[in-house]
Amino acid sequence: MDDTTPAIAVTGLTKSFGRTRALDGLDLTVTRGEIHGFLGPNGSGKTTTIRMLLGLLKADGGTARLLGGDPWTDVASLHRRLAYVPGDVNLWPNLSGGEVIDLLGRLRGGLDARRRDDLIERFDLDPRKKGRTYSKGNRQKVAIIAALSSNVDLLLLDEPTAGLDPLMEATFQTAIQEDRAQGRTVLLSSHILAEVEALCDRVSIIRNGKTVETGTLDELRHLTRTSITAELAGPADGLATLADVHDVKVDGNTVRFDVETAALDEALKHLTSVGVRSLVSQPPTLEELFLRHYTEETARANGKARRP
Amino acid sequence: MTALAGTGQLVRLALRRDRFVLPPWLLVLGLLPAGVANAYEQLYPTEAMREPLTATVGANPALAVLLGPAFDLSTPGGFTAWRLLGFHAVVVALMVIFTVTRHTRAEEETARYELLASGVIGRYAPLTAAVLVSVGAVTLGGAFAVSLLLAAGLPVAGSVAYGAALAAAGWTFTGVAAIAAQLVPFARTSNGIATGVLGAAFLLRGLGDASGEVGWLSWLSPVGWAQQLRPFAGERWWVLALSAVVAVGTLGVGYVLLGRRDAGAGILAERIGRTHAAPSLRSPLALAWRLHRGSLIGWSIGVAISGAAFGAIALGIGDLIGDNPTMREIFMRMGGSEVVIDAFLAQIAGMFGMIVAFYGVQAALRARGEEVVTRLEPVLATSVTRLRFVTSHLVFALVGSAVVLLAAGLGAGVAHGLRAGDVAGNAGAMLGAALVQLPAIWLVVGVAVVLYGFAPRRTSAAWGIAAGFVLLALFGPVLNLDPALVDVSPFSHVPRLPSADVAVAPLVWLTALAAVLFAAGLAAFRRRDIG
Repeated sequence: MDDTTPAIAVTGLTKSFGRTRALDGLDLTVTRGEIHGFLGPNGSGKTTTIRMLLGLLKADGGTARLLGGDPWTDVASLHRRLAYVPGDVNLWPNLSGGEVIDLLGRLRGGLDARRRDDLIERFDLDPRKKGRTYSKGNRQKVAIIAALSSNVDLLLLDEPTAGLDPLMEATFQTAIQEDRAQGRTVLLSSHILAEVEALCDRVSIIRNGKTVETGTLDELRHLTRTSITAELAGPADGLATLADVHDVKVDGNTVRFDVETAALDEALKHLTSVGVRSLVSQPPTLEELFLRHYTEETARANGKARRP
Repeated sequence: MTALAGTGQLVRLALRRDRFVLPPWLLVLGLLPAGVANAYEQLYPTEAMREPLTATVGANPALAVLLGPAFDLSTPGGFTAWRLLGFHAVVVALMVIFTVTRHTRAEEETARYELLASGVIGRYAPLTAAVLVSVGAVTLGGAFAVSLLLAAGLPVAGSVAYGAALAAAGWTFTGVAAIAAQLVPFARTSNGIATGVLGAAFLLRGLGDASGEVGWLSWLSPVGWAQQLRPFAGERWWVLALSAVVAVGTLGVGYVLLGRRDAGAGILAERIGRTHAAPSLRSPLALAWRLHRGSLIGWSIGVAISGAAFGAIALGIGDLIGDNPTMREIFMRMGGSEVVIDAFLAQIAGMFGMIVAFYGVQAALRARGEEVVTRLEPVLATSVTRLRFVTSHLVFALVGSAVVLLAAGLGAGVAHGLRAGDVAGNAGAMLGAALVQLPAIWLVVGVAVVLYGFAPRRTSAAWGIAAGFVLLALFGPVLNLDPALVDVSPFSHVPRLPSADVAVAPLVWLTALAAVLFAAGLAAFRRRDIG
């Protein structure tokens, strides 16, 4: 296996629990050395995908390759090369946090003691406390430190920072960037968009168990609308009738509208034909990008697509 | 009463959650006494057969240690009370202990309690709701048993006393469980503390009932009080007052302790742990040892003490029989007091076999427990394979059971040996008598493993099946059941050492059957989804 095979290659993955279809032909490709954001509304199948990559669930159909191996059959050899942080960390009540970190590292095949102690200090964790007495955020820290202090090729992180405070969130981002510098691959499921924007090279958005978008953040931005505010020489008649121009608001000679990236050229030609005095163009924020994908799912689930 | 606000809603929630849990308990509990009473009519149809029972069977201390004192075995009711009531009270006590813990400490341990506590729920509401459900269930169960006994044509006073004895045992242990739930932050440990008290209660009355020297011990036991109420044998209603006083007292202590602690915490303080794991904590087996050692050590000490207590009275049993001319004649014909003592020791070994089977089930199901609380996933995400994970827990079910049995055998053998003047011989004999129980226990554990592999969401059925095997072996014959049905229980096949010889065949096939169950369950576990 060479370094050009993707760290994760999933095609057409399906999985049902009883009558619920959790995954419905999911595709996911994570290339080596990248931090890949894994996004989607609650219940869209992110955790199920990660659990299948860990060999905890057996696929009904489709193929999944992990570091060139089969996640269901090559469990022991693959797991020596990956670390996992679950979204909901439950610790053994009679083991201290330090013991859990050491144990999980040893069960994987060893951990970097210096990195461990360094991370414990940076995350401000008291490793002597017993599992039960940690808060949610501190339990999360234990799992993060256990995963990040091991010498692995791949990190599977399922909403790892859900319980962390902003300071610890920043510590987490720094630590992940260090891992990227080491050449590690990261699959990061997250709802914290600032974190995704700061860390991820590429993202995949899934909903209802299917991948709906994959690409760099810039590529994804191109798939969506730009907001334009323009002061014109005269009234902008006919702008609203152009295809893919939305929410046109006219205030004297000033117009405000959203336009699909593909129709940007057409819309600007229309504006210049009237005469442009000033123009402000705003790319979509990440929030808008995701909200659009997320709300469409709700709309679809309700049986009325928001847009044709 | 803001401290009790929301109690009604919590009671409804508890009843809704228990709708498939409590009815089966109550059904079995209600049906058993009427069943035994009916079987009595068939087993001993004539007056001539009934008359001598009290003096013969009833005077056998080997039976008294397990069942309790025989007051009057010449009527169906008196026989039922002797044969069933002590055991019946234990089962009722287990039911209330699990019920109280499930709705108090177990709720706090998971974060569900906080979700509720943030609503309009008084500080004392959850405990009060659990107590109401528990007391209500045993009272209803007692009334159900009474109605079926009456329907079977038994006297009113005795039937009511029987039901009241059951309910009273339930009230007392509701109080015990209410205290245990405040002491420690884990449901498993509070169940352990309360069942430990129950075990001690059973032990005390067993010692008191089997030996004239320490008969007063029975009066220290809530299980003993149920029997001392003497249903169908000249009821002594005042004994109920003992249970009522202790129930109210223990509940009061429970409420006081609850008022003095934080939500989620125990009364006993948390200790600080290690910064680094010990070098030995590096394998699934080492982790399993950390998780099982408390329970294994606790069980071993508990059964060793119980075994020693029973062993210490064994020698006196022969003397006790000496007072009874009919029994003396029977036993002289059978081979003298040696035989009686051996029969008593065999009964003790068999009793430990059945009890330790529940340790085995508990240890095996720990593997499922880790999965349910999502602690298994991080372990399986390391290079630990499923098989290594599950076998590291099953070691404690298989070898751990042997250790606990040996502790019981050693306790009984050494204590008896000290009094009889032959420690080595008696300890050896009792260790053997304890160890032959092992294949039957393994079979019960095998059933749990099969459920774990094929029906992980139904693993708690293993408790029911284990209890079913025990019930069949203990009460199948006296319920006049088909012998083929009684033989379904592995405990029906255990050689009764030291009073009988070792029968190798059943030990071999019980072990082989257990091995098949293990193999099937483990193969299924390797293929199924985790979670």
